[in-house]
Amino acid sequence: MGQTLSVRQLEAWYGSNKTLKGINMEVASNHVTAIIGPSGCGKSTFVRCINRMHETMPGTKVKGEIILDGKSIYDQDPVALRKMVGMVFQKPNPFPSMSIYENVVAGVRLNGMRNKQNLQGIAEKSLRMAALWDEVKDRLNYSGMSLSGGQQQRLCIARALAVEPSVLLMDEPASALDPIATTHIEELVRQLKEDYTILIVTHNMQQAARIADSTAFFLNGELVEHGATSEIFTNPNDKRTEDYITGRFG
Amino acid sequence: MSKKRILTTSMGDQTLRLLTLLMAVSVLVLMAWMGWQMFDAARPSIQKFGLSFITNRVWDPVKEQFGALPFIYGTLVTSLLALLLAAPIGLGVAIFLNEMAESKFRAVVGFLVEMLAAIPSVVYGLWGIFVLAPWLRETVEPGLAKWLGFIPLFQGTPVGFGMLAGGLILAVMILPTIAAISREVMAAVPNMQREAALALGATKWEMIRVAVLPYAKSGIMGGIMLGLGRALGETMAVTMVIGNRPDILPSLFAPAYSMAAVIANEFTEATYDLYLSALVEIGLILFGITLVLNFFARLLVWSVARGPKGGNVV
Amino acid sequence: MNDYFRKYKNLMMLTVFIGATIIALIPLFGVLGYVVKNGLSALNLQFFVNLPKAMGLPGGGMANAIAGTLIMVLIASALGIPIGILAAIYLTEYDRHSWLSTAVRFATDVLTGIPSIIVGIVIYTAVVLKMGNFSALAGGLSLAVIMIPLIIRSTEEMLKLVSHSIREAGFALGISKAKTILKIVLPTAAKGIITGAMLAVARVAGETAPLLFTALGNQYWSRSLNEPTASLPVQIFQYATSPYKEWHQLAWAGSLVLILMVITLNLVARYAFRSKSI
Ligand SMILES: Nc1ncnc2c1ncn2[C@@H]1O[C@H](COP(=O)(O)OP(=O)(O)OP(=O)(O)O)[C@@H](O)[C@H]1O
Ligand SMILES: [Mg+2]
Repeated sequence: MGQTLSVRQLEAWYGSNKTLKGINMEVASNHVTAIIGPSGCGKSTFVRCINRMHETMPGTKVKGEIILDGKSIYDQDPVALRKMVGMVFQKPNPFPSMSIYENVVAGVRLNGMRNKQNLQGIAEKSLRMAALWDEVKDRLNYSGMSLSGGQQQRLCIARALAVEPSVLLMDEPASALDPIATTHIEELVRQLKEDYTILIVTHNMQQAARIADSTAFFLNGELVEHGATSEIFTNPNDKRTEDYITGRFG
Repeated sequence: MSKKRILTTSMGDQTLRLLTLLMAVSVLVLMAWMGWQMFDAARPSIQKFGLSFITNRVWDPVKEQFGALPFIYGTLVTSLLALLLAAPIGLGVAIFLNEMAESKFRAVVGFLVEMLAAIPSVVYGLWGIFVLAPWLRETVEPGLAKWLGFIPLFQGTPVGFGMLAGGLILAVMILPTIAAISREVMAAVPNMQREAALALGATKWEMIRVAVLPYAKSGIMGGIMLGLGRALGETMAVTMVIGNRPDILPSLFAPAYSMAAVIANEFTEATYDLYLSALVEIGLILFGITLVLNFFARLLVWSVARGPKGGNVV
Repeated sequence: MNDYFRKYKNLMMLTVFIGATIIALIPLFGVLGYVVKNGLSALNLQFFVNLPKAMGLPGGGMANAIAGTLIMVLIASALGIPIGILAAIYLTEYDRHSWLSTAVRFATDVLTGIPSIIVGIVIYTAVVLKMGNFSALAGGLSLAVIMIPLIIRSTEEMLKLVSHSIREAGFALGISKAKTILKIVLPTAAKGIITGAMLAVARVAGETAPLLFTALGNQYWSRSLNEPTASLPVQIFQYATSPYKEWHQLAWAGSLVLILMVITLNLVARYAFRSKSI
């Protein structure tokens, strides 16, 4: 099941450059929440705070609070946290030294699961959820790099799902893909929300409108507006949101 | 707001971090320890002879006379000779490989030049004894004496084994170093520079001269210094062809001795402590010189090619 | 300056560079040619199975020297490769930009330029004198000291080629940093790291100077790692500088074996493990 996230007064820095300026946001469970906003407004930084990846970079700083399912993420071991909060990156990044199968089970296997049958079960289940199983079931031992870009991205999604997170962060997961592969991913996201809380960063307004239940608009490190997707796109409260979605921005 | 935040981390993480840190630091420790170890072992000789150690030209272990000047002389002359020959040729090779050769040709010739560095020193020495020295004695040295004999450098009996042989063999051995470093720094010159020069109608040579060499200059200097460092410390090949006689003679044909060679030859025969200590002091001097030389050479090369942060590749 | 002169000069300079390259390669073929010619005629089965014979007698071999070289290179690799790789991991994975890493990197570069005979002296005073005898251990140790900076350099270059996104993918899966490094980053760079290690092995296999007063040499089989031990390079040196014709031939044969070893390692490292797919 997905879990709720609540973000309180979140601030983040790169060096002395303050990138997030106090974000407050509630993310509903089993919802797809889209995050939109102009380039450089802090979308990636925001999602990277949620699985505490932001802090892994030298010179960065975070302040504020993020509560996942009633517990502060800062009270947890970040490594354990990341098993609950999966992430899919903008560019597909399968592990080059591993086969398709090894890629999918990397997370569970490197965390100690040895049982072959279990692993195979997990691999198949995850690949099916990522709608990739039929395409790769006969070549699980091929290198992950042998797949097309869209397949690689679904492999990365399967890899993230295999760890059984409750929240899935997706940072422009389809921006490097062609329209058909993008449709695949969008279809997938719609199905995954049954089981996951999904946050998806996108530059594509139509995409947000198609798949997201709610949408958040970021600008210059601030959350300008967050509401039901239909509201945001048809009847935004804030003038800046309207300017952005109608393309009159900047 | 400043609640304590859990920052991880598992035992495994801590262990690996500490272990790798230890190994990284061990490199620094190793270098310092080497210096200390040598200094410690050389102390009796340093205390006994002081500065006269490097100005005294008599090396006579039987009489407990230890002057390192002949070795310093032999080392410097052979190394400078090697540099004189290898620097222009090495630079030429680098220019050819980097700026002129087609990529396939470049790979093959580049590999061959690197093989020059891969041949073990002792094999060069063997070749020096049985091929180079006889050739020098019978052909080259008589010829040089005949045409250039008015210069003291080329006077005297052709022996074959001597500073000329040492310098030649060193030249071969340091050439790949000079060529490789020069290539590295020339490759770091942005292509824009070359294109700009060509666009102005420069010929290839003019492009190399105005757009490549000036930018690579300090790096090439660094490469030459590294080559010099290698020549100063090179042991086996020189030991095998230099003649091993602690004399200071002007002729390049004359047998001589080098610092590394005397250590190689006499170290296990040093029958008493002061003798051993004197040999270690020669090693210490060599260590000091190559350390300083490498230090500045690396600074020069880093300033052009690598950068102190080890490059920007993420 | 007219154009004709400029073109002429251009052509002349380019010829000079080609000439320099040809001159540079003459000694390579000179050395290889003689080693192959003289070495082949002296190489036979006896060379690989026999011990050295007394001075001047025919039919001796270098079996013990070949074994000694293999053993000492093995000791050096067992020490030098892990230490070098771990240090390189620190430099790329934990601390790329601090003064400490810069200092370590710099020391590494400087160490590669220290004459190998110096390493021999240091190991002699620190190990041989303390233990009271020359040994394969001391020899292996001195080769390890030469190897470490080479391994650090090459491994660091290879790890830097591994994209940062691979590491982030590992972290994002809830894999610890240590496991991400050991199970994901290292395997990704494995080919390059192996190449570097093989080149370092090739380099120390031919080293003579650091063995002269650490392993010394031995006319017989060594019965333990704590005895003077023969090695191919030292044996070649001793035979080459001896007055006996039979020994000279053995020196050529030994050189041929050594060069074949070194060149094979170089070729295999470069072509079998060459990796472009990071
Ligand atoms: N590694 C970094 N170091 C320093 N500053 C950074 C770094 N990454 C991002 N920033 C800065 O932080 C701000 C927010 O960046 P972020 O990547 O979160 O934007 P974004 O909304 O994801 O943009 P895009 O749509 O282009 O992906 C930007 O001003 C950027 O310059
Ligand atoms: Mg982004």
